Order: sequence, then structure tokens, then C-alpha cells
Amino acid sequence: MDNLTSYLVISGILFSLGLFGVMTRRNGVAVLMGIELILNAAGLNFIAFNRFGGMHRLDGHVFSIFIIVLAAAEAAVALAIIINLFKNLETVDIDQADRMKG
Amino acid sequence: MNPTIIFALSILFLPLISFVFQIFFGWRIGRSAHWVSLICLGIVLALSMGFFANAFLIEDIPILMDSVTWFSTGDFTLTLGFNINQVAAIMLVVVSLISFLVHVYSTEYMKGDPRYNRYFGFLGLFTFSMNGIVLADNLIMMYVFWELVGLSSYLLIGFWFEKDSAADAGKKAFLTNRVGDIGMFIGIMMLFFLFGTVNIEDIVYEVSLGIADGYMALLTTAGILVFLGAVGKSAQFPLHIWLPDAMEGPTPVSALIHAATMVAAGVYMIVRIFAFLTPAALQVIAIVGAVTALMSAIIAITQNDIKRVLAYSTISQLGYMILALGVGAYQAGFFHLTTHAMFKACLFLASGSVIHAMHHGLHTVKDHHTDAQDMRNMGGLKSRMPVTYWTMLIATLALSGIPLFSGFLSKDAILAGTVAYFHMHHGWTIFLPIAGFGAAVITAFYMFRLIFMTFHGTPAKPDAYKNIHENTLPMTVPLMVLSLLSVAIFFTLPGLNPIVNHGWFTHLVSTGENYAGLMMEETVEGIHHAHGTAMTISLIVAALGVFFATLVYYLKKIDAQNMAKAMNRVGLYNLSFNKFYIDEIYNTVLYKPFFWWCFVFSKIDWDYFDQKFIDGWGWVTLKISEASGYSDYNWLDQKLVDGFGKLAHYFSNELKQTQSGVIQNYVMGGVFGLLIILIIFQSI
Repeated sequence: MDNLTSYLVISGILFSLGLFGVMTRRNGVAVLMGIELILNAAGLNFIAFNRFGGMHRLDGHVFSIFIIVLAAAEAAVALAIIINLFKNLETVDIDQADRMKG
Repeated sequence: MNPTIIFALSILFLPLISFVFQIFFGWRIGRSAHWVSLICLGIVLALSMGFFANAFLIEDIPILMDSVTWFSTGDFTLTLGFNINQVAAIMLVVVSLISFLVHVYSTEYMKGDPRYNRYFGFLGLFTFSMNGIVLADNLIMMYVFWELVGLSSYLLIGFWFEKDSAADAGKKAFLTNRVGDIGMFIGIMMLFFLFGTVNIEDIVYEVSLGIADGYMALLTTAGILVFLGAVGKSAQFPLHIWLPDAMEGPTPVSALIHAATMVAAGVYMIVRIFAFLTPAALQVIAIVGAVTALMSAIIAITQNDIKRVLAYSTISQLGYMILALGVGAYQAGFFHLTTHAMFKACLFLASGSVIHAMHHGLHTVKDHHTDAQDMRNMGGLKSRMPVTYWTMLIATLALSGIPLFSGFLSKDAILAGTVAYFHMHHGWTIFLPIAGFGAAVITAFYMFRLIFMTFHGTPAKPDAYKNIHENTLPMTVPLMVLSLLSVAIFFTLPGLNPIVNHGWFTHLVSTGENYAGLMMEETVEGIHHAHGTAMTISLIVAALGVFFATLVYYLKKIDAQNMAKAMNRVGLYNLSFNKFYIDEIYNTVLYKPFFWWCFVFSKIDWDYFDQKFIDGWGWVTLKISEASGYSDYNWLDQKLVDGFGKLAHYFSNELKQTQSGVIQNYVMGGVFGLLIILIIFQSI
């Protein structure tokens, strides 16, 4: 089981779950969670390719650490947006945020 | 720069400065502005005298030859340059002397004219152009100035343009000259085609090398065509009709332009190009000259207008010069040009003096109907105007070819030339000496007729006669100078024998060179031999002419009326009085058919071409435009152009639906799009 394919399958499943969440959920927090899953799938991919891709350097590791940091920053910003959304509209349903629609 | 060139440029441009000054500033100053012109012309005269003196120092070679490039295109370079040889130096003196004297004369003659300054300006323009012809070293430059003298002649003939006759005469002169000038231009182009240059010296050199030997017919044609320019400018038959009408201009202008200088330009041009004229071309020139000399002399007998007699006399004398050049008497032709310029200018200025005095006399007695130029209204003026009488008499003697006067020398040489030509060629060429001697008889006759009718006999208008006075010094001094220069001794110096024409003139001007086939040595030899014969006959014929004139007009032994009637039995009198009907012939043969054709063509052009064809096309265009406009608006505009607009509107309305603002829909679209792309790439 310890081969590239199984990692990629897990990564693909994670990505699909994340995408599914992003596409189906109306709750902004849930969408954010889906994005987190997609980011993690990408991070997993980096690690997997770094290990099985014949590279003896730490590029993949560095990238996944960046992704984690990015995810943290993104979560902070996105949650702040959602809190502001809630404050203004009293809902976290992103479909409701359509004031700029012409 | 070489000072000689500066002098030559001054000779050319000082009269132009005079013109510009008089036209732009003269009218502010008024009458005293003529001093500027007089000073300019005085300097020109002095410089010309300088060149003339130089001609004695430098013999056989040109005094000044220099040129600058005007422009060049490809292989062809056109230069503007001066070539002052001995002939040009003499001509310069003639032009500037007479021009200066006419300026002096005009200060009195034109006094009180409302366009006084403009008149002096035009005289300056003319002198500028004439000097340009004299100085030019190539035919194109000569042609440019040739047209300029035509222009100044036009302006001066029509100077009193309030008179219709003057305005018409100006136009006639200009248009008649154009006929000749076109021929001259074609001739110049042919010479250029033959030799690749228009420089006279170069053409002469190339002909002397024999380059044109295979093209003699072309060279003859070119020579005759260039001569056509001289036919126009020097008023030779059949283009002489403008000169008598040109007498509508002020009389000093007639003296300067239509007697002494401009009309001699044609002769001068032939003198310059003489070396490459073929014998055939020269024969044509001789015939034209002989016909002109004889015919216009006959016309001059019956004219009553004093200026018209002189005008026909001028044509006749120009015919003599042309005849001289045609028979190869190169020296004689140019000699006659010089002497004729002096005595004919004198005659014209004297006739101007008479007319001026007549005007004054008639004006005082308030007679405004009598023609002041008609000799029948004169008579007995001798005692009233002694200076005019004596100067005019001297000039008349010179013109009639009486010994001791300049005309005798030059006319004699010409007649010797015609006799020599006959000796060489025999046959029909007897016509040339006959025309020459015949014209000589008639010349003496009509000139003494003029003198007797004007100055002798009883006054025709006694009232006016009492008020006729001699004119003032500005008018009489030029007369005296010119009559003095009509005395033979001035042309025979340093020799003092007044009937032998060897002097400084023959010393300066060669007997001529011809490289196109004329045997100059034999011609010169022949002239030398014929000299005695010619002199004897010309003395007899001159005496004959004077004798008849005395008989008819002074002693009145023969009644002029009866003689006219007798002549009329064979139509001679009417023929002469009506100028050989040449104006009428032109009217019938040229102008009327021309106007008829003009009428026909204008009818075709307007009634058919314009009204039917052009307007027809207009109608067709209108219809096509209507159809085109209809289809354009209804189909192209309404359907196609608006259709695209509607299409865009429809699609944008449809596509608007997709922009829902729901991010998930966009993401869905993105994902499915990606999936489709992946599937497509997978399958490739």
C-alpha cells in the first residue's frame, strides 16, 4: 500500500470531498471547510510526489508548510469576512450576499 | 568674382531695378522718379561703352564667356550664361544708347500722363529683357528673354489701353508673335535633339566637327523653324501684320521697340546662329526677306499716317537685313541693323516730335477731330520745327541710301550681297537683287514723300499751324544725337572716305563663318566683286526715287491723284493702300473658318455632347443612385446592419442569465468545463 497511487487516490478523494462541499453548501463556514479540504489534498499531493517522485530534496515539504500557513491565513481572513457578513445580513448563507448583482 | 561679370550683370539687372522701383515706389514720388531710371540707364550705357571699347582690345575672341548651372536632370544640364563677343558688344551699345535716349525723350513726351511711372517701369523691363537676349549664350535663355520682350512690347503697345484699338493691337502683336515663337521653340528642341545641347557655341563647334553631316535635312528644318521666331519678332512676311498696328503705342516706344531694338532681335538671333544655318535654310530666309522688303515698301507709298509709313519702312528694312543674312552677307546684315537702329529711331522720335507739336497746335485751337498723325493734315512745318526737320532729313537721307550717310554703306553692302548671290546661283535668284533695288527706289520715294508732305508745301490747318512750336531740349537732343550717328563718317572711322564701308565696324565684325555648307570665302569674294556694280545701281535708284518724289510732292508736276488712278488701272494703288489685303486674307482664310469651326464645335460640344451625353450620364447616375439608395436603406441598413444589432441584443439577453452571482454555479461551470477539457485531452 505504500506507493504513490494510494496517496493520490486519498488526495483525490479529499479534493473531491472538498469540491463537493464548496459546490453544494450554502453556509459560508461549510464552504470554507471545503476549501480547507482542497488545500489539504494539494498538500498531500506535494508530500507524496516529493517522496515517490525520486527527489531527494525538501521542496514538497516546504510547499506543504506554505500551504498550511496559507490555509491558516485564509481561514482567518475568510472567517472575518463571514463574521462581517453575518453582522450585516444576520445570516452566513453566501447566496444572500447578492447586493452587487445588477 | 571677375569684375567683368559684375559689369555684365549690372547691364542686365539695372534696368530691372529701374522697373521694380518705378512699379512699386515710383508712383509715390511722382514725376521726379524718372531720375532713377535715367541714372540706371546711364550706368548701363557707360558699361556697354566699356564692353564696346574692350571689343577693340580683345579681337576675335569673346570678351566674356561664363555660365552657371541653372538645373540638371539626368544627363541634361541647363546653364544660364553670358557670351559677349564683338557682335554682342555692338548690339549692347545700340540697345542701351537708344534706350537711354528714349528715356530722356520720354520725360518730355509723356509729361502729364497719368501712368507716367508705370511707363518708365515698362521701358526698364523691356531694356532688361532685350539685354538678356543680347547677352544670352544659349537658345533656351534667349527664348526666355525673347518671350519677355514680347511681354514688354505687349504692355507698351497697349499702354493707352482705354483706346480699344491700342488694346487690340497689343493682343494682335502678342498672338502673332506666339505663332513664330512656337516654331522657334520646336526648332530649339530639334537642335537639342540633334546636338544634345542648346549652347550656341557648342552647337557651332559640333557642326564644325561634322557631327550633323548625315542630318542636313533635319538641320535645315531646325534652322527654318528657329528662323520662324525671327519672322514673328522681326515682322517678316507673313507674320508682319502686327507691327503697323503696334504704332498704337506711345511714339518713343515705337522708336525703341518697334524700330531699333526688339524687332532687330530676330536679325540678331540669326546673326548669332548664322554659323550653323544650312544653305537651304538660308535660301528660305533670303526669299522671306526679299518678299518682305519689296512688299512692305510698296505698302508704305500709299499710307497717310506718318507712323504707319515708318512702320512699313521698318518692316522693309528688316526684310533687307534678313535678305542680307540669307544671301550670306553676314557683315552687311548686322551692319544694316546697327545703322538702321540709329536712323530709324531718329525718324520715329522726329515723327513723335511732329505729332506732339501737332497735338499741341490742334489742342490750342480746340480741334479734337483732326488726326494729329495724318500727314495730309500737316505741311509747311519746316519753318516751325527746324531742329526736327533737319534731323529727320538727315535720317531720311540715311534711310534712302544717299552717300555720306550711314544707310548708304550698309544698304550698299546688302545689295552687293544679293548681286553676288545671283552671280553664284543664276536663274530665279535674279529676284533677290531686283527686290532689293526695287525696294531701294521705293524707299527713297516714300521717305521723301513723307518729308515733303510733312514739312514742305502749304499748311493744311492754318489755325493750328500758328500754334505749332519746336519741342524742348529733352526731345530735340536725342534727335540731334541720333541724326549725328546717322552720318557715314561714324561708321567708317578711322577711315575718312564716306563711301567705303571699311572702318571699325568691318574690323570688329568678321565676314562670318558657316560650317553647315555655305561657301563663305566665295560669297565674300563675290560681294567684294559685286560692290562696284551694286553701288552704281543703288546710287541711280536712290536718285530716281528722290527725283520722282520731288516731281510729285514738291514741284507738283505730276498730280498724285492722277498717278493713283493710273496705277489703279491694274489695281496697284488699291493693292498698296489696302496692304496687299493680307489682313483681309487672314480674316477670310484663317479667322472666319476658325470661328466657324469654333461655332460648330461649341454646338457639338454643348448641344450634343453636354446636353445629351453628359446630362444623359447624369440621368443614368441618378437612377442608379436611387436604386442603390433604396437597397442600401431597406436591405443593407434595415436588415443586415440592424440585424446584427438585434442578434447581439438577443444573445446578450440570453447570456445575461448565466451571470447569476451564485459563486457555486461558477465553480460548477469551472469544474465541468475542466472535466470536459480533460476528457477531450484524454481521448486525443
